[in-house]
Amino acid sequence: MANPTGATAGFQPTMPVAFTVNGQAANLTLDPRVTLLDALREHLHLTGSKKGCDHGQCGACTVMVNGRRILSCLNLAVMHEGAEITTIEGLGTPENLHPMQAAFVKHDGYQCGYCTPGQICSSVAMLEEIKAGIPSHVTADLTAPVQLTEAEIRERLSGNLCRCGAYSNIVEAVTEVAGRQG
Amino acid sequence: MKPFTYERASAPAEAAAAVARTPGAKFIAGGTNLLDLMKLQIETPTHLVDVNRLGLDKIESTPEGGLRIGALVRNTDLASDERVRRDYGVLSRALSAGATGQLRNQATTAGNLLQRTRCPYFYDTAQACNKRQPGSGCSALDGVSRQLAVIGSSEACIATHPSDMAVAMRVLDATVETVKADGSNRAIPMAEFHRLPGDTPQIDTVLQGDELITAVTLPKPAGGKQFYRKVRDRASYAFALVSVAAIIQRDGTGKVALGGVAHKPWRVEAAEAELSRGAKATAAAMLAGAKPTHDNAFKLPLVERTLAAVLADARA
Repeated sequence: MANPTGATAGFQPTMPVAFTVNGQAANLTLDPRVTLLDALREHLHLTGSKKGCDHGQCGACTVMVNGRRILSCLNLAVMHEGAEITTIEGLGTPENLHPMQAAFVKHDGYQCGYCTPGQICSSVAMLEEIKAGIPSHVTADLTAPVQLTEAEIRERLSGNLCRCGAYSNIVEAVTEVAGRQG
Repeated sequence: MKPFTYERASAPAEAAAAVARTPGAKFIAGGTNLLDLMKLQIETPTHLVDVNRLGLDKIESTPEGGLRIGALVRNTDLASDERVRRDYGVLSRALSAGATGQLRNQATTAGNLLQRTRCPYFYDTAQACNKRQPGSGCSALDGVSRQLAVIGSSEACIATHPSDMAVAMRVLDATVETVKADGSNRAIPMAEFHRLPGDTPQIDTVLQGDELITAVTLPKPAGGKQFYRKVRDRASYAFALVSVAAIIQRDGTGKVALGGVAHKPWRVEAAEAELSRGAKATAAAMLAGAKPTHDNAFKLPLVERTLAAVLADARA
């Protein structure tokens, strides 16, 4: 644990933090102001996660931390000591696409592609949330299993904006992957 | 962001002590509102005490038959808890109506209560805002106020508390438990937790600077049919224009709180006696003394109609 001496007594320019990203250990020494997104992009050179608004409104920076989707722009890297982080680079490779990546290609689930890494990370984690029985705003019965409907997918992905408006194709891609998972 | 130092706390009273001994220090849990405001230099803490590792992430049954929700229980986990879904449906519904999946995975129970009461002029640092800079004036009063408060506001501030969860907590008669640096505890009823703006709109809650929320406690289930109906400008990821949290019993009695209308979740217990007379009488009693702006006067009939829809669902 850091031992602060107070803001006026002595400033602490950097701090060590260690976590894993896509299974690889990352040991960084960072200004505490560095967001998880900037740590990934600027320090680890994993530029798949995108900076859209940098204020939690667009979802382009979505990554998974310990299996859950979060916004990497609204997290300090130093808050994630010991965490397991998965970015778009950890889901698949150009030669071996993750099923969600392949479905986005097949269904043309993007135009410019800037929001796509966030859309895909969000979609993969979102299907796990449905499997875990997490309800949403459009879930009719709070005590019954969640039905995998288009309305559920649209509501659960409302935190990922696509300025090109590829939403209907994104829903098709996610629906196909969800159906395959049964 | 302005520079700050950072430490991780490992026990609640220790975290409170760490904030108490450093001027300008703040707690950080989920951070979804705090970091957003720090990037805009609206919040400028000199030191952050990370409370994420305090172990306050359990939902436990209480001897009274209620639930004690740890301060760090994430919004997703609270909305999904089997007991909450079964016995406190209004809370699960309110949580699911707020923010997005990514934010709900991060945001905590205590942090949801402590997100700033705010408006677009609070965010716009080129505008006067008494909440951001006390004494600077309120640009919202003569500005675009469609989203803003219609009741309980003042000449200094017409911001609204944006939480959905807090409206459900208010109708459920929740209690906020805290610890201070000296180890002392207190329990604050939700009714008293958030403040009206008055002439000090920079103060959102009754918490003291070094006071850390440790849990939110719910009384035993109220039964009845439970509703959270949110009306907003788009179908998802938007603050409420108006929301109604309600627990309606089979005999037509019940409890109602409103979101989107005031600086705090808005509940008028005396108005609940009007529920058997319908939405018009109840809304009129809840909103007595309202002072809407030209832009948001529509919220008064909208409250009545939203409540009417809830009461119709309760009878169905």
